[in-house]
Amino acid sequence: MSIDTAPPAGATALDATSGAATRRDIMHRLLMTIGPILAALVIAGCILLAVGVDPLAYYGYVLEKGLFSPLGIQQTLTRMAPLLFLAAGLIVAFRAGMWNLGGDGQFLLGAVTAAASAPVLVQILPAWLALFCSFLIAMLVAMIWSLVPALLRAYQGVNEIITTLMMTFLGTSFANVLVKLVFRDPGTTVPQTRTLPVEDRLPRLFETTITSGLLLGLAAIIIVHLVMTRTAFGLKLRIVGANPRAAVHAGLGVPSLTIAVFAISAGLAGLAGAVDIIGVQGNVRADWNPAYGLAVIPAVFLARMNGFAAIGFVFLLSVLSIGGESAARRLGVPNHFTLVLVSIVLIVLALAEYVDHRYNQSRKA
Amino acid sequence: MTGLFSEVFLSALLFGAVTAAIPLLLAGLGEQMSEKAGVLNIGIEGMMLAGAYLGFVGAFYSGSLWLGFLTGAAGGIAVALVMALLCVRIGLNQIVIGIALTLGLEGLTALLHHFQFSRSYPRLPAADATVIPLLSDIPVIGPAFFKHHLIVYLAVALVFGMSYLYRRTQLGLNLQAAGDKPAALDVAGIDVVRTRTIAVLTTGALAGLGGAYLANVGAGLFIPFITNGAGFLGIVLAMLARGRPVWVLFGALLFGVCLSLTTAMQVAGVNIPTDVIQMLPFLAVMIMLVLFGRRASLPAALGIPYERGAR
Repeated sequence: MSIDTAPPAGATALDATSGAATRRDIMHRLLMTIGPILAALVIAGCILLAVGVDPLAYYGYVLEKGLFSPLGIQQTLTRMAPLLFLAAGLIVAFRAGMWNLGGDGQFLLGAVTAAASAPVLVQILPAWLALFCSFLIAMLVAMIWSLVPALLRAYQGVNEIITTLMMTFLGTSFANVLVKLVFRDPGTTVPQTRTLPVEDRLPRLFETTITSGLLLGLAAIIIVHLVMTRTAFGLKLRIVGANPRAAVHAGLGVPSLTIAVFAISAGLAGLAGAVDIIGVQGNVRADWNPAYGLAVIPAVFLARMNGFAAIGFVFLLSVLSIGGESAARRLGVPNHFTLVLVSIVLIVLALAEYVDHRYNQSRKA
Repeated sequence: MTGLFSEVFLSALLFGAVTAAIPLLLAGLGEQMSEKAGVLNIGIEGMMLAGAYLGFVGAFYSGSLWLGFLTGAAGGIAVALVMALLCVRIGLNQIVIGIALTLGLEGLTALLHHFQFSRSYPRLPAADATVIPLLSDIPVIGPAFFKHHLIVYLAVALVFGMSYLYRRTQLGLNLQAAGDKPAALDVAGIDVVRTRTIAVLTTGALAGLGGAYLANVGAGLFIPFITNGAGFLGIVLAMLARGRPVWVLFGALLFGVCLSLTTAMQVAGVNIPTDVIQMLPFLAVMIMLVLFGRRASLPAALGIPYERGAR
């Protein structure tokens, strides 16, 4: 885990001062992102050809639905809201050197909590206060859920990869139990929670269908980025991440910082669940698990835990998933192809970064 | 409720536990080897899925279960080859590539299944059991433990083979060193990349075999996402076992009993949502971790790609 703030690849001390060079840098970054994505599309296209689907038609639908149609882009931006919260939580954890792989469990518990509390609260409180309280409760529940891995890691040194994975399996089942037994809406036959009326959900932006949760997500990830790179607290966390033993010698309270990291990371994952429910879904159905966390983890790594880069990757993920869903429906390909596409994009991007890094090294040498 | 503890029921429960435990055992043993050598193999779920799909395809078209196991292992190795190339040879981030491989294989096997089998959902005939004479006549335990397919006994034998490998052989020590102090291994004249590659490919073979067993013997068919987190459970088992193969066996059996209990409860018509029972194994492990969670002894260089001369 590096503590650098990810200087743009190819920037050297000398040419960073001139404006032209920075522009070249940005161009270089863009090229290094778009090139691999195109390459990945070609590889995935070969798979489509192999199963007898026209790749151009498929990608056409992905772009049209995910990016260029007014309704599609609105859905894409709406999808970004929970993903941004998840990414923000992961940035905090990964920069502090803690592998919180339990995002999905924390997300679902946050979602169920929000779904259970919001419809009740809106009846007794003013709408804005009710939603705020729902967000708060969802965040607290997710934080409490992360307490076990946090305490085990902080005071017993138990590896958090095991514990968070276990807790995510537990959390997924537990969320289902809650939906089926505790918070079940008696008025429906399918097990699901009570539905939050559309007019009580988070307001939509202007005249569009985009949820205002997007703004909350953007705010969350930018605040996280600034806290991690510009504040003393962020520096402390980065030191813990870079070298926990050195952090102890520097006089940092590593156990309490560990618990803080887990709380923030899980809290943001819980908020991700809440923003998806209060902003978009309105209720939680039994066995609902979008498993966003698994796709966001590699994206955050590829963004080198940089908040602004992560926004870009989250946008890409959203375009692929919204566009893919629609293309799959129209061409009769199962939606699973989106997983293949995302996977190839991630691998090729990682490879491209490696090649770029080696090229820079050999140029310096 | 009287039927719940009858002899037949109990031995069926234990039989199911063994069947459920074998894929976890194979995955756990495989992951253990990777982790020993310093590679955190999160792609193991994908390797199991590749093994399950190709294992089923092999067994379905050839009619031979053994050929199915072979193609399953080959499928796991194929995915492991990508992992070894990207994460061991050129040192890309193991978590990124691992998760990407898992996602990709989830999608790919589901896609292929859709075009190949989604109309007919073909099934394999039930696997032949190798009945061990005398032992299988013991009441309850006999039918539960000694009437399985031959590969089950081989998998259990592998546990002891692995113990021998880690304790008594040069390769076992090399693997350990590749995870704890790769630079020292390099200085001793052993190729770190090669040692780790061997470990990752073995993981692939075992995970693929586990997947093939899951599809061919456990379920008798392939369905998308059939592994349902078995690979992640393998990672957990490997980490809990702290380098000892026998512990992987115990852990796999514990999970096996819980998984089998889920099915048994449903059959017996007990009125608890399956989700509650599904939580049992994880709850058991979390309680174990809270009670006995001393410092886990993970290899020092776990997850860190080796680059000669790097500091």
